[in-house]
Amino acid sequence: MNILVVGLSHKSAPVEIREKVAFSPTAMAEPLKQMLALPEISEAVIVSTCNRVELYATSRDSEGAISRLKDFLGDYHQLSREKLNEHLYDYQGEAAIKHVLRVAASLDSMVIGEPQILGQIKTAYGYASEYKTAGVILNRFLHKAFSVAKRVRTETAIASNAVSVSFAAVELARKIFSNLEDKTVMLIGAGEMCELAAKHFVNNGVAEVLVTNRTFSKAETLAEEFSGRAVAFENFQDQLHQVDIVLSSTGAPGYVLHADKLSKVLRLRRNKPMFLIDIAVPRDIDPLANKLDSVYLYDVDDLQGVVQANMKERHKEAAEAEAIIEEEIKQFQLWLSTLEVKPTVISLRRKLEEIRQAELQKTFANLAGLDKKERKSIEAMTNAIINKILHKPTSILKDAQNNSDGNLYIDAVRTLFDLPEPTVEPPKEKKPAND
Amino acid sequence: MTSHIILFKITLIAYFSATVLYLVNVVLKHEKSGKFARWVLFCGIAIHFVNMALRFYEVRYTPVTDLHGSLSFFALCLVVLFLLFDIRYRLPVMGAFISPLALVLMIFAGIAHKPLLELNPILDSWWFPIHITFAFLGNAAFSLAFCAGVMYLLQNRMLKSKRFSALYYRLPSLDTLDSINYASLTIGFPLMTMGIISGAVWAESVWGTYWSWDPKETWALITWFLYAALLHGRLSIGWRGKRAAIFAIIGFCCLLFTFLGVNLLLSGQHTFKALGG
Repeated sequence: MNILVVGLSHKSAPVEIREKVAFSPTAMAEPLKQMLALPEISEAVIVSTCNRVELYATSRDSEGAISRLKDFLGDYHQLSREKLNEHLYDYQGEAAIKHVLRVAASLDSMVIGEPQILGQIKTAYGYASEYKTAGVILNRFLHKAFSVAKRVRTETAIASNAVSVSFAAVELARKIFSNLEDKTVMLIGAGEMCELAAKHFVNNGVAEVLVTNRTFSKAETLAEEFSGRAVAFENFQDQLHQVDIVLSSTGAPGYVLHADKLSKVLRLRRNKPMFLIDIAVPRDIDPLANKLDSVYLYDVDDLQGVVQANMKERHKEAAEAEAIIEEEIKQFQLWLSTLEVKPTVISLRRKLEEIRQAELQKTFANLAGLDKKERKSIEAMTNAIINKILHKPTSILKDAQNNSDGNLYIDAVRTLFDLPEPTVEPPKEKKPAND
Repeated sequence: MTSHIILFKITLIAYFSATVLYLVNVVLKHEKSGKFARWVLFCGIAIHFVNMALRFYEVRYTPVTDLHGSLSFFALCLVVLFLLFDIRYRLPVMGAFISPLALVLMIFAGIAHKPLLELNPILDSWWFPIHITFAFLGNAAFSLAFCAGVMYLLQNRMLKSKRFSALYYRLPSLDTLDSINYASLTIGFPLMTMGIISGAVWAESVWGTYWSWDPKETWALITWFLYAALLHGRLSIGWRGKRAAIFAIIGFCCLLFTFLGVNLLLSGQHTFKALGG
């Protein structure tokens, strides 16, 4: 049994195509049922987000199934196969496993390490289990994907550095001040990005927010939003010495804050550091201010630069995540290989043989007077019992191999007889499950 | 090989391992190796201490009379103080600065190892261990201030220039580094003061004079004034951050000269020759 992936993403298709093949989250029953009804397909999951549409399936006939899935995607959305084909990718076997694990761990996302994709796959899996289109393999596989994503998140720093400008400002503040809890933020002017950054600062526990604006009523409304205090624009500079973090985005044509004023403010503050964030274009704060000791001035471009540096860090972390994924692929494939009939039958036989031998030992120990011939016949009898018992289940398993619910039988046998997982005792045939 | 040499080598290996582990922690961001490094360092201290105690028992005086003993004792003070700081600040990245420093001190101590000479009878006094313990712990505290200062300047430069290396993500905030600088200064300064006073009292009991302008005394006084100026600047003028970091670094250079330069280059009653009698 093979795992298959057919789909497209922000890497392979422009938004005009992606929006056409997206599935509506309110009506997932129909496409899932149609997909499962396709002749080669045994299990079906559909992941549909604004950045990717992917079909996950299992099948014995990989090539046939992939072609069928591509047709299905085109037919369902009434798109011609030619038009769609150039944007579609497909994976099978190990490549498919790897792809899904990478997607779930957010390594294939537009912003590496973003957290939404995991939730989206969980939702997709939720629909599939609601409409019972995911079977033994995809159930186990997607749970694996969730746990791998969690492992990547905790064991690497892939999501630890901010990749948005407003959040990058908060992180920078944390590298200047050790805690933000006794810090005061001042907003000068009202820009959207400033407000967003201020929200982040409030969420990170700053003590006080001051708001100033040329139009005092605007300052008052905004101050109310952050339960802060409005300050008249004419004398905001007199309050600056109490302020640790300044967020500025006025529409003023010149500088609102000059370096020489700031050096006076610093003296009043006894050189306690100040973090100035100037998001306005043209800039509000004299760039010379950055030359002052204990003033850290960042404009929009600087913050963008920080975000890019953080992105680079995330890419470095991604290499570590890939290693984790390689490790997990191997483990999962081991499990997958147990779903093959032959190793299951061998394992079952071995189990029963072990029981037989143990019981024989006990019996022979109690019946010391038996001669060689009698022992032989008891051994033969027990052997025959096992063969008779195993005959029917073995042939059913072999037939079931060709049915869609064959994996169910194999899994059941493994559970009922408590057959060892291959991680404990790897089977001799380690090849991936594709025949 | 005497037991002293064997224990010394084990200590050296422990400090080396701690250095490697701390560097692995910082460079590869491997969290566990930082915790492990702390334990290795702790074991190193224990062995180091046992070694000194055995040595004391063997020769019946504090074995800090030659370059080998001084460097080794300095390393011990440094790591002890670092681990005490580490309890509060939990900074493996600082370990990546301190443990190599201790390692280098130990390597030089190993190179400088010579059989101990007869003790100068003047040193056969309880003032001797008291004097050097204060002085060396003070030195160790200033070394921490130095490391924090270097880290501060690195982090400050990255924040100012807006170009971040991998170290940026590992170094703590400027505020934390500045407070480490301040804390080590407030610990180091009284210790150094006590070191100088105990030395003076001891000198009075031996030579009948508190102060004889021996080069070590002169340089110690210069260093003391430097740190006094820094402490004063911090407390009353509001020096902090970059200026305090630079000052801590200059102070440390002066301290190094007082500690090593005077003993090796100048003459006087603190040279190892004089100590050896």
